[in-house]
Amino acid sequence: MAPLDGAMIHDITGPLAVRKFYEMGGKKVFDPERVILLFDHQIPADSIEAAENHICLRKFAAEQKIHNYDINEGVCHQVVLEKGRAAPGEIIVGADSHTCMYGAVGAFATGIGSTDMGFALKSGALYFKVPETIQATVTGKFQRRVGAKDLILSIAADIGADGATYKAIEFTGKTISNLDMPGRMTCCNMAIEMGAKAGIVAPDKRTWEYMKGRRKMKPFDLESDPDAKSAEKRSYDVSGLEPQVAVPHNVDTGLAVSKLTGTHIDQVFIGSCTNGRFEDLKEAAEVLGRKKFSPKVRTIIIPASRDEYMKTLRAGLIEKFVKAGALVEAPCCGPCMGGAFGLIAPGEVSLSTSNRNFKGRQGSTEGKVYLSSPATAAASAIRGVITDPREV
Amino acid sequence: MRVWKFGDDIDTDAIIPGRFLTTYDPKELAKHAFEGTRNEFLREARDGDIIVGGRNFGCGSSREHAPLALLGAGVKVVVVRSFARIFFRNAINVGVLPVVCKDAEKIADGVEVRVNLKAGYIESGGRQFTIEPAPEFMQGIIDAGWLVAYAKNLKEVPVCTRSQL
Repeated sequence: MAPLDGAMIHDITGPLAVRKFYEMGGKKVFDPERVILLFDHQIPADSIEAAENHICLRKFAAEQKIHNYDINEGVCHQVVLEKGRAAPGEIIVGADSHTCMYGAVGAFATGIGSTDMGFALKSGALYFKVPETIQATVTGKFQRRVGAKDLILSIAADIGADGATYKAIEFTGKTISNLDMPGRMTCCNMAIEMGAKAGIVAPDKRTWEYMKGRRKMKPFDLESDPDAKSAEKRSYDVSGLEPQVAVPHNVDTGLAVSKLTGTHIDQVFIGSCTNGRFEDLKEAAEVLGRKKFSPKVRTIIIPASRDEYMKTLRAGLIEKFVKAGALVEAPCCGPCMGGAFGLIAPGEVSLSTSNRNFKGRQGSTEGKVYLSSPATAAASAIRGVITDPREV
Repeated sequence: MRVWKFGDDIDTDAIIPGRFLTTYDPKELAKHAFEGTRNEFLREARDGDIIVGGRNFGCGSSREHAPLALLGAGVKVVVVRSFARIFFRNAINVGVLPVVCKDAEKIADGVEVRVNLKAGYIESGGRQFTIEPAPEFMQGIIDAGWLVAYAKNLKEVPVCTRSQL
């Protein structure tokens, strides 16, 4: 079994993990300082049951002397990274499938279920099969209004929804070196959408720059061994890449936006751990310019964390979004998992910057969800139909 | 044991939608299993029924509520072409036996089947289809009576060092 450097639980998967921890005979967690606990899926509590789940975790945090971020900080994965709770070379598990996002800082991070988490909390270790690696080498310069989300949607379409099952995807190449940390987070976040156990980018100058002030540690070299064997090597050139949109009801369906322009939409959601960072919202604001969001669609914008919210607020973008007709909510998962607010009705269509468009993911199983970048989502919210962000 | 046949890429949102995750009680979850995607399942599934599916079964969210919802509905065995990673682990951890069968697609919906784990096959309509044995380590967890029992029996957690990884 592998030793763990961190374990993350939230309001949906946490209560069961806590119960399993005690059922297994757990008394004290392996290290309270390595347990990350927060609420993000159903906040502020949207039902009595959710409020009770929050109480269960608050009690656990107090008993175990675990720092509780409670409802105050935002979406778990963003918070873990910005608080420096994941670092290069670490092994981290989270009771949430998008835990693979921490690969953006060169950590091996993977999503697990609640019983696994109970075991992890008790023993500080977990059983793993060492994954093979798919090396995805990315080259070329993005066109204007094309970025990390378009890249990862196109990679998902290429590898397929189960093409990376039980494997790790290493993102490498010139384009990845030039990609900012938020972009790397977007890519690693969606590794699970190909079935991957982890997504990872070897730490470099940008990584260590990001870690500064978040975690006291000296930079060290960490990269794949020169003689490491990959199960597969795939290459991507982004020079000609168009903005991508994944169509209902699978993530590996990315198409060029030009094939979908004019598609009816009822709701646009810009946010989530995939695309709710300041840089994402800034891009959306740039596309917006002085225009307004279409009154025909409901535009919901949710910064991924308190920090990202504050950056967005200070830059004047919250006011801009609200004036343009958007609903800006406090940091949380929002409509992404279809368990809180922002649900869609039968026959309705959502365009979302989040990570999944499964049937029923954002409400009715008779609704549809498309996935895109923040730029495409903003352009579409302005026109009221799916729109190429390069045309707005 | 009747078969509930499903296709490829059955995600955990389909097995149990996000809005029902405030509880982890298997019986409560079972009331909403496949709600909106296959409503007759929650009405008609009986204890001992089996789910048969295609590729990538249980993809998406890490919610353990998915195998728990199946367990609550009486499903103790899922036979598919391939599993998504987290679902596979979760199933074993909570007591739903995940079985890989390359020919799962050849088994029809609604038929009766017999699973013979010892001999390694599933029988349907007089035909036998080979099933793959669980990985050795996972078999240890299954034999112990799933992960909670396994963890309780474990005297010492065999943790490897970084250099052994």
